Amino acid sequence: MTTTIEPPVTVGRRFSGYLHSRPTIRLVALLSLPLFWLVVAYLGSLAVLFASAFWSVDSFTGNVNRTFTTDNIVYVLKTSVFRAVTLRTIGVAAAVTVICAVLAIPMAFFMAKVASRRAQRWLVIAVLTPLWASYLVKAYAWRTMLQNDGVLEWMGLPSPGFGLPATIITLSYLWLPFMILPIYAGLERLPDSLLDASGDLGARSFRTFRSVAFPLMLPAIAAGSIFTFSLSLGDYIAVKIVGAKTQMLGNVVYDQLLTANNLPLAAAVALIPVLVMVIYLMLMRRAGALSEL
Amino acid sequence: MTLSRGARWGLTAFMVFGLSFIYIPLSVVVINSFNIERTFGWPPKGYTLDWWAKALENTGMREALWTSVKAGLGATAIALVLGSMIAFAIHKHAWFGRNTVSFLVILPIALPGIVTGVALGAAFQAIGLEFGLLTVIIGHATFCIVLVFNNVIARLRRAGANIEEASADLGATGYQTFLYVTFPTIRTALLAGALLAFGLSFDEIVVTTFTAGAGVQTLPLWIYDNLARPNQAPIVNVVAAALVLLSIIPIYISQRIAGESAAGGRI
Repeated sequence: MTTTIEPPVTVGRRFSGYLHSRPTIRLVALLSLPLFWLVVAYLGSLAVLFASAFWSVDSFTGNVNRTFTTDNIVYVLKTSVFRAVTLRTIGVAAAVTVICAVLAIPMAFFMAKVASRRAQRWLVIAVLTPLWASYLVKAYAWRTMLQNDGVLEWMGLPSPGFGLPATIITLSYLWLPFMILPIYAGLERLPDSLLDASGDLGARSFRTFRSVAFPLMLPAIAAGSIFTFSLSLGDYIAVKIVGAKTQMLGNVVYDQLLTANNLPLAAAVALIPVLVMVIYLMLMRRAGALSEL
Repeated sequence: MTLSRGARWGLTAFMVFGLSFIYIPLSVVVINSFNIERTFGWPPKGYTLDWWAKALENTGMREALWTSVKAGLGATAIALVLGSMIAFAIHKHAWFGRNTVSFLVILPIALPGIVTGVALGAAFQAIGLEFGLLTVIIGHATFCIVLVFNNVIARLRRAGANIEEASADLGATGYQTFLYVTFPTIRTALLAGALLAFGLSFDEIVVTTFTAGAGVQTLPLWIYDNLARPNQAPIVNVVAAALVLLSIIPIYISQRIAGESAAGGRI
């Protein structure tokens, strides 16, 4: 004989039963607050930014005049300085991404497929630790590395001094772990048998790397490149610390907003990295990057 | 895998080079904090602990540190609540807007910080919200949500829905199921997300620059401000070295809670 014990019907139990039978209400309850935040606070802010690109500044009072004008956009498109800065910034972001990939691929490969299990854990820690060290401290460290009579020269290495190459080196240093980690995670999931099979079929190490491992790493490289590209695209602080007079898009936005107090022009320039990043994200989505994030 | 001797050597050499590239600049920062001279000279002519003692007494630095901790805790708390709510909603329900919401969560971190910063700053000004600690916390929370979300959703996907249904079948209320079944499952994921969120907020400078008023100075803003002042250099060196050394703490915690994944949480 079986006895069933009926749980007492309490308010709490009735309420959870009610929610269970009405998933829509539960969904709305879970989502309303976070969506309110993301849509109102974040998308709303982006909308304000977009709208302010079409406002103007009264040159006499310095106040923002909220009537629609395309003057800023036309001005940004027509002025050659903005074009040069945009191309330079995209160039820097691309160079940083390539340098990070070239350094990260062999390092991640070593960590995932060559090092012993024990060493693997320590190497991951070694690569992760600088992510927690402050951004400013790392940029500042490169100032001491690159300066006249700095550490690089003391080590007997040539220093490029402060400028565009220094900016590229420093940014590559800052974002390198963001490239290593997704590639390492991707390689860790890649079965060794695939690489062994390639060897059994007669491929040498490099051929196995080029024809088997590298194509399988591409989505992870694309995922890492979203970080390296986006973070370089908007940077203005590392440039100020090691870039001497180098100007990137971030500097222009910063100067227009905080020095010239011209929000509409700053917003118009800020739309450039947004546009570049949207195009870049769409390209990388085709490479399968978003599922690797 | 079987690698040729040359390939093995080449990869090892690359790893050594990569690790030197990562660690030489950080070591320079730590050594330099003991440099006896006021101005940077390499190698240091002598070593002293004086700057460390002076830095600990620096009130501006201590106030900035406290502001950073408050901002980090505030942003982390908001991110924990909102990030796990979205993770639950996406995990439990299939509905049309699912992919859009996942994309919306990633966007604040995928767009360059200066865009997020200028946008939030302009919006706060438009609605007349005065810049201060609150606006900094709102800004930081916006891009920290994704870190909690990523960790919690990964854990929920691995755990599956069966144990929660079992709990309900055994007569537990929704609240009891959450307290005794769901929460213990996601606890370490929440901790990993919170750690990342706090770390990101603590280090953030771009969004902070555009949302902090004149009276609010976080530690990164303090460092940036003092980088331009040569006579403050020794104190800045000490703070920089301390931040490098302190990064061992979050690494240690994340390794303790990581368990199976060595990376200790998802970016």
